[in-house]
This record gives sequence, C-alpha cells and structure tokens, in this order.
Amino acid sequence: MPARPKARAKPRAAAKAASKERPALTPTTKARKVFMVTGGVTKFAKAHPAMDFRLMVKRAYDYAVKEIPGLTKDRIDGTRISYFSDHFSRQLKAASMVQDYLGMNPKGSVRIEWGGATGGECFQAAYEAVASGRMDVCLGAGYETMSRVATWKGNEFIALASDTNFDFPLGGFYTGYYALMVVRHIYEYLRKGKFAHIKDEREAQRLAIAEGSRIMSLVSVKNHLNALHNPYAQYPKRLTVDDVLKSEMISYPLTREQICTMSDGAAVVVLCTEERAKEFTDRPVRVIGVGTGTDTMRLADRPFGKVPLMPKERASDYDELPYPGIHSFRAGRAAGLEAYRMAGIRDPNHELDFIELHDAYASSEIQTYEDLGLCKYGEGYGFTEKGDPFLKGIDYGFPTPRAGEIPVNPSGGLIACGHPVGATGLMQGVFAFWQLQGTIAKHFGDPALQIKDARRGAIHSHAGTGSAVTVSILERGF
Amino acid sequence: MRARPPTYGKFRDVQAELDKSGAAIFRDADGVESLVIRYPYSISYIHSYAEDSPFFLGLAEGKLRGSKCRRPKCGFVFATPRSHCMVCGAPTEWIDLPTSGRVHSWTTCHFGSEAFLKETPYNLAMVEFDGAGSLMLVRLKDAVESDLYVGMPVEARFDPNPKYLVTDVWFVPKA
Repeated sequence: MPARPKARAKPRAAAKAASKERPALTPTTKARKVFMVTGGVTKFAKAHPAMDFRLMVKRAYDYAVKEIPGLTKDRIDGTRISYFSDHFSRQLKAASMVQDYLGMNPKGSVRIEWGGATGGECFQAAYEAVASGRMDVCLGAGYETMSRVATWKGNEFIALASDTNFDFPLGGFYTGYYALMVVRHIYEYLRKGKFAHIKDEREAQRLAIAEGSRIMSLVSVKNHLNALHNPYAQYPKRLTVDDVLKSEMISYPLTREQICTMSDGAAVVVLCTEERAKEFTDRPVRVIGVGTGTDTMRLADRPFGKVPLMPKERASDYDELPYPGIHSFRAGRAAGLEAYRMAGIRDPNHELDFIELHDAYASSEIQTYEDLGLCKYGEGYGFTEKGDPFLKGIDYGFPTPRAGEIPVNPSGGLIACGHPVGATGLMQGVFAFWQLQGTIAKHFGDPALQIKDARRGAIHSHAGTGSAVTVSILERGF
Repeated sequence: MRARPPTYGKFRDVQAELDKSGAAIFRDADGVESLVIRYPYSISYIHSYAEDSPFFLGLAEGKLRGSKCRRPKCGFVFATPRSHCMVCGAPTEWIDLPTSGRVHSWTTCHFGSEAFLKETPYNLAMVEFDGAGSLMLVRLKDAVESDLYVGMPVEARFDPNPKYLVTDVWFVPKA
C-alpha cells in the first residue's frame, strides 16, 4: 500500500472545521433564486444523419419553448452552450453556430466544456448567469454528434481526455480505466468484506469479482428496463443478469451491457428568476443546490487520505480506508457535500425523491451511491441488492424488497438513454424537471416512470474517471 | 462522373459505401435524404515532453524515474513524476524508483481505441512501489487474465530500442 502523505493531516482537519462552521449558503448569500421553467430533449440515437448539431439543438429548443406561450426569443437574455469535443464534428467553435442557428445573436453566450460533466456544467453555468443577476432568463443548450466517426475512433477521442504523456499511449481506453477502478473497488469492499474469510488470495479475488459483476448487472437490468417506458431512450430493453454477464467482454470485468454507448442527441433547459418563472408557468421547479468537485487527471496521482464525511457518517467508519485511492470518486463526494449543504440536506435518502446520476458504467453507478452518501463507502453492493435504487411497481426479474426508497436513474440513465456528452447532463435536468412537475406521462406518453409526489431530486454529471463532477438539486416550486 | 452517389436505407451500408467511393445518400424511414461524404483528417503534432522529459529519457537508459518533493517537511514521492509537488507546491527532484512493485489494480482490455485495437487483448495495471505515495499506470505483459490479481509482484522491462513513449517500459510477473 502506498504511504499516506503526512502533509495531508493538517489541511484536512482545518477544512473539516471550516465545513462545520459554514452555514447553508442560500440565506446568507446574495444569490438570486433560480427556477427552471421548461426543457426539451431530442431522442438519443446511434446516429441522426438527417440532423446536424444545429438542427438537433433547434428541435430540442422548439419543444421547450412551445410549452410556454409567453416564452418568445426576445425574452431570453443569453445562452450557455455545451459540447464536449471539437473532434467529433470536426468543427471548432461549433457553439457559435448553434447560437447563430437559434437566431440568438447578438445576445451573450459562452461555450462550456468539462469532459463527461459538460452538460452538468452547462446547467450550472446557466444557473450562475441567473443567480448572479447577469441574466433574468438563460437558455442552457448542449449536444454531441458522436456518429460522425467510427466507434473505436470515438473511443480514441474520449481517451485523449486522459494524460497524453503517461496514460493515453498505453492503450487509451476509458472502459479500461473504469475497469481498473472497479477491480480495486471490489477488492476493497468485497474481497476485504464478504470474502474476507477465504484464505486463498487469488480464489478470494476471483469470487469477489464474480459477485461484484453479478451485482453490477442488476444495475444494468434496472436502467435498461426503466428505459422501456422512456421514448427518448436509445437502448430500452428487458435483460436478465445472465444476458448482461454473457454480453461481450470489453475490459475485464466490464461487459458491453454494463457500459453506455456513443450517441447523437441534444437537450436544452431554460432557467430564470422567480419573477419570470411566475409569469411563464404555474409549475416551476427551483434549483436549490449546486455543487462541483474535481480530482487529478491521472488515476495514478489520486491520494490515499481520509474520507470527507457526510452528516450521518463518522471518521471511525473509515479508519482502515485509504481514500479515494482509485476505488472512489472524491470529486463526486465533494460535489455532493457542496450541493447538500447549499440545499440544507442532511439525509439524502429521505430528503430526495430520486436521483438521475451519471452511470456511464454500471460500476460507477454503484460507486456513486457511496459518493453521494446514499449508503456508506463499502455498502454500495448490498444497497443495490436490497433494491433501494429500483422503482416500485416494475418487475425486474429478481427481488427488490426496498424498491422505491430512493429511485436512481428512473429514466434509464446513460446506460439505456445514451450519452451524447454535451447533452447528457442537461437531459438529466429535463427528466428531473418533468418528474418534479409531475408531467412524465405527458412527455413520455407513459406514466410508468412518474414518481408519485416527487418534490425534490438531484442530477449528477461526471467527467473522466471522476476528474470532475457536478451535482445540482431541484425542488418543486409550486 | 456520376450525378448522384448511391442511396441506402441502412446507415451501416452508407459507411461501407464511403470506404469504397467516398460518398453516399442515406434515406431514413421518413424518406428524408442526407448526403454523406468521407472526410479524412490527420495531423502530426510537435509534442514536447517539456518538464516530463527526464522521465522519458530515463526509460531509454533503462531507468524508472519518479520525483520527490524537495521540501524536507513534505518529501512526497510520486511514482508518476510531477515537477512540482501536488501536496505542497514545492519543486520536486528526480529519483530512481525501484524496478519492481505490486499490482494495485488491473484489467484486460479486449477492445481499445482505434490506434490500439490491433494490440488487444492487452493488460493494464496500476503499480504501487515501496516508498512511493502514488501509483503508475503500465502495460502488464507475459501474463493472461487468469494469472492476474491485486498484490501480484511485478518487475519492469525496458525496450532496448526506445520509441520515447511511456510504452518503452512495461511490467512482467516477477520471477
């Protein structure tokens, strides 16, 4: 085990003390209240050859604005536009062309890019434009057209978002990086947990990986099955655990059905002040918390320190746990803590009604349960098996006794909806907005995914190996 | 010269046509036609390793170099070198790492980026070293998926004909 750096102890203690003293942000800052009033999404697909990125965004935008008769273009003060990679469309400054196509010139705009968390950052950039007083009404729009290159070239572009001196030339493959992370996660929590009694080290690790793979498959079944009721989703389907485990091995132990795919798609949100929200709709949704976190670009540089604690955790829970190492996403914990603090949330499982989180991999969904404090570090596999993140009233083909406790990815998440990077975090915002409005049946043409009386939900967007994460918390505003 | 390239209803067939002739028309289920062309793009970068250069020059000499924070009170040792300390910000100095360590985590990639597809399957491993506070990502050769485990002792091998890439070093199971 690498030695813990001694120099960490003091700054951590100071930071911990500071976080205790720091009150909830909302009442003490001058930030204006921010509301979401509408959103739109294109169907995510492997390829939309008949639409380029401008037309995709326009379709999502038209869907959003037709919801609100009073929301004409002249009421929008400016935009924030997101896409991840210039490589995919071989068009630099493509956000200018979106601004142009929507007829938004000469209003203010800026392009947002932050890896896989690009859409989540765009949502928060639009939030900040309104909260700061710079705009009364801001359009957040995002897209990605990943079909313009072959799948494995697309994987290469994504892998160029890892260190090109030390990481990319080794094989440049994000599924490989997440496989490294989950093998260690399984080692920390299943090998040293459920399989601690087995003396043969290699046998114990094999059994632990088999068990972890089985439980990751439950997540894949959940997200694909939820998506059967979501017409925007790219890969809705009914799978069994066996189907998931026997699908093609991509990077051991991650199989094809445990991984999201490349997609074309766009999504938009409209955020505004309280005054405008009241004017536009009788069903606004308020953004009550935003948080972001970051971590090192190289997995190799992640520290082995202490866990920043959620309110219901104690330092003694993690005496033996070097954190985050490569098993957990410190950026996700930091983003969650900031957003919860701002929203005044101490017990997310009971104070949130659902979460749309960034399940680029079934493994990272389980790791994120822990980062967001839905369970303690090490409890993610058991939490999945007990069924807490599953929807009530859907038969997944295996027991989910605690289904409905805190539904995660009711929409189907990235695994089933697809992941057109610059749109993904905004798509989560739109699905969460419709949940909180109670309009899922209207927009999906199917009421199955509507969470009854949903009052508060979180969206979570995540960049390469957890190098950046955003968490935003939305609450029914009517 | 033909006036219109061939039309296809399946995008897969469009892609195959692009490889053949460079242009095709995709007609979707609604009858909308889109002209699709092949658009090659390549570039060679003038890539300087800059402050990381001693690491890559070291590989060519069969040395594995990490870096150590110069501030005595900190002294953090990075297995993947950084020229400034991530913990305290002070400059670091170059040190020789041990050429053997242990597998901290591993995977076998059955697919990869286009540039590496022909090399699959290959193993990646994060390696931990005695005396270092961070890890190193490497290729692990001469071992198959079923041989690998966390804690496995491994040692470095160096390419006698260096390419000045991080792949000039790889690890193998320790004899």
